[in-house]
Amino acid sequence: MTTKPVIAPSTEDTLSRRGFFMKLGILFNGFAAMVVAVPVVRFLLSSVTGERANAYLSWVPLGRIDQFPEGETRLATFRNPNVMPTDGKTVDTACWVRRVASDQFQVFAINCAHLGCPVRWFPQSGLFMCPCHGGAYYRDGSRASGPPERGLFEYPYKVENGLITIQAGELPTPGSAIASLTGEKPPCAS
Amino acid sequence: MRIMMGKIGEWFDHRLQLAAPIREAAEHPVPRNTASWFYVFGSAALTVFLMQLVTGILLALIYVPSAGEAWSSLQALNHQVTLGWFIRAMHGWGSNFMVAIVLIHMVQVFLFGAHKYPRELTWVVGVFLLLMTLGMAFTGQVMRFDQDAYWGLGIGASIASRVPIVGPAVVKLMLGGPIIAGATLSRFFALHVFVIPGMLIAFVGLHVLMVLKLGINEWPMPGRIVKRATYEAQYHTMTREEGAPFVPYAVWKDMFFAAFIILAIAACAYYFGPFGPTGQPDPTIIQTAPKPDYFFLWLYALLSLLPPSLETPFLLIGPALVILGLILLPFLSGEGEKSWKRRPIAVITVLMIAITLGTFTHLAQFTPWSPHMNAWSGDPIADQYIHGTTALQRQGALVFQVKQCRNCHSIGDTGGQRGPALDSVAVRLTRDQLIRQVIQGGGNMPAYGNNLSPAETTALVAFLETLHPATQSPAHDSARNLVLNESNQKSATQP
Repeated sequence: MTTKPVIAPSTEDTLSRRGFFMKLGILFNGFAAMVVAVPVVRFLLSSVTGERANAYLSWVPLGRIDQFPEGETRLATFRNPNVMPTDGKTVDTACWVRRVASDQFQVFAINCAHLGCPVRWFPQSGLFMCPCHGGAYYRDGSRASGPPERGLFEYPYKVENGLITIQAGELPTPGSAIASLTGEKPPCAS
Repeated sequence: MRIMMGKIGEWFDHRLQLAAPIREAAEHPVPRNTASWFYVFGSAALTVFLMQLVTGILLALIYVPSAGEAWSSLQALNHQVTLGWFIRAMHGWGSNFMVAIVLIHMVQVFLFGAHKYPRELTWVVGVFLLLMTLGMAFTGQVMRFDQDAYWGLGIGASIASRVPIVGPAVVKLMLGGPIIAGATLSRFFALHVFVIPGMLIAFVGLHVLMVLKLGINEWPMPGRIVKRATYEAQYHTMTREEGAPFVPYAVWKDMFFAAFIILAIAACAYYFGPFGPTGQPDPTIIQTAPKPDYFFLWLYALLSLLPPSLETPFLLIGPALVILGLILLPFLSGEGEKSWKRRPIAVITVLMIAITLGTFTHLAQFTPWSPHMNAWSGDPIADQYIHGTTALQRQGALVFQVKQCRNCHSIGDTGGQRGPALDSVAVRLTRDQLIRQVIQGGGNMPAYGNNLSPAETTALVAFLETLHPATQSPAHDSARNLVLNESNQKSATQP
């Protein structure tokens, strides 16, 4: 026990052989960590930065326009364009379709602009009402009362060969792409 | 036999060398007055946490974390698997008890001044344990993949999307894609089952280690002031001279309370059964009024009652301030009085927070801010309101009934509480004010101008004017009568 000299870490500035290898070992591990970190981080952020991330919004058919009587607002459902095998029923989405005139529509997201609860249409009073925090909207989707700071989200739509198609694929939230799309004139309303 | 057991024990301990440190930890002296029923909540939280680990693993034997199958696997647990309902109920009630006990523990620690020097870090770790417990509660609610879980995620995403600049990216990261779907449930499963429990185990270990190293907080005596320079020496003298070994002097109360809590959870599970699942997580079923579990009800109420312009700053800055305040607390008040008897502001703060949270939770149970979705034309106006009315007023009662005014307004105690009750509205508003309110809305009421014909408005207002108690006359605008009389007189005198 006492015969072996204890190797103390050098107090001087000179680099010992073992000290050098330890530093090299740390460096080598840092390099390995970086090599692995790149794919790990890319995997983790794939829902934000992946190739699909920018292609979420695509055109989805809602049905023939004669399903939607003029001057009325009806519930329609569509299947989300991005489907994974484990999604189950969650990819089916509802929306409110208001046919203003023959070729003029408004397609509202089901999600309240406040916190995303499903709004319901009340034809008698001409209002959309939210069951969660009491938001209400007029028939054209503009804000009527309650906590929402804006009107209902609107999907861009087009009518071709008697079919109505909307641009959808993302959960409408105040920060989502659809929130900024709203307000633009829909392609066929001009 | 006993000798044999002893030898086996010695064989293991020769290799593990754990007996001595365990005995030392168990028998470390604690101040005698801490052997109190007030000091049992920490160990109770640990007990419930261990029970959650066990019941959680049991549930994972059956549960399928897939958006397509989670709901039906919960149904199988409830109805097909022997006692699956009981394990689900234990886990669900366990989570309720866990949140409650952690909060009680925190209040006790705060009121007894246990967050002060040298136990600041124990408190800070405890704050993170509270956040993780709430994280487990929220992610656990998502595991019960039903309508409430689905729309609850939507609410979470809507809140996250309000973060400036990175909001949309945070939403996609949280949902694992552009919508709430399979990837969402899978990542919340990973959080609920691996990430947060792993962190919880590590932090609970740290928390308990620090309690052992620094010693349990002594019973606070009014006038015994904590000073950094002298506290530790005083504490050690106290435990050395008048302390008692933790085992068995104090531990029996922890054991009794732990067993009591487990029995209480089992009793709740047995009598009240498991939570949900409610309807299937099918976003095309919109006849739903999603509501969070009880520990987030206060937030649900707050989101309904805050002015819209304050909401986003409140949601984004509020939690950060609360967490920062909790972390800074032991550093801002690390010395001084420990006893709650000499800390009136501490007591008032705790009471205020408790009353506020309690009131919001209570309000959230009957949601007075929400229109009643089912109170519409199906319920006729009660006879007493149309007795002896004119044809026009009856027409107005019909408009009132059909245009769903009672989604928000009650009359004769039926209808929503979003707007004021209208039983005596004619006393408050004159005819002109009624017309203005109906047509233009305002004060949180939608404008009905576009939705009512002039004839309907006239009839509705005529009906509303009849709504006053027999003993009180309806409001009227005296100035208006004066003006009308004057102009009448003028026209009478001028030929």
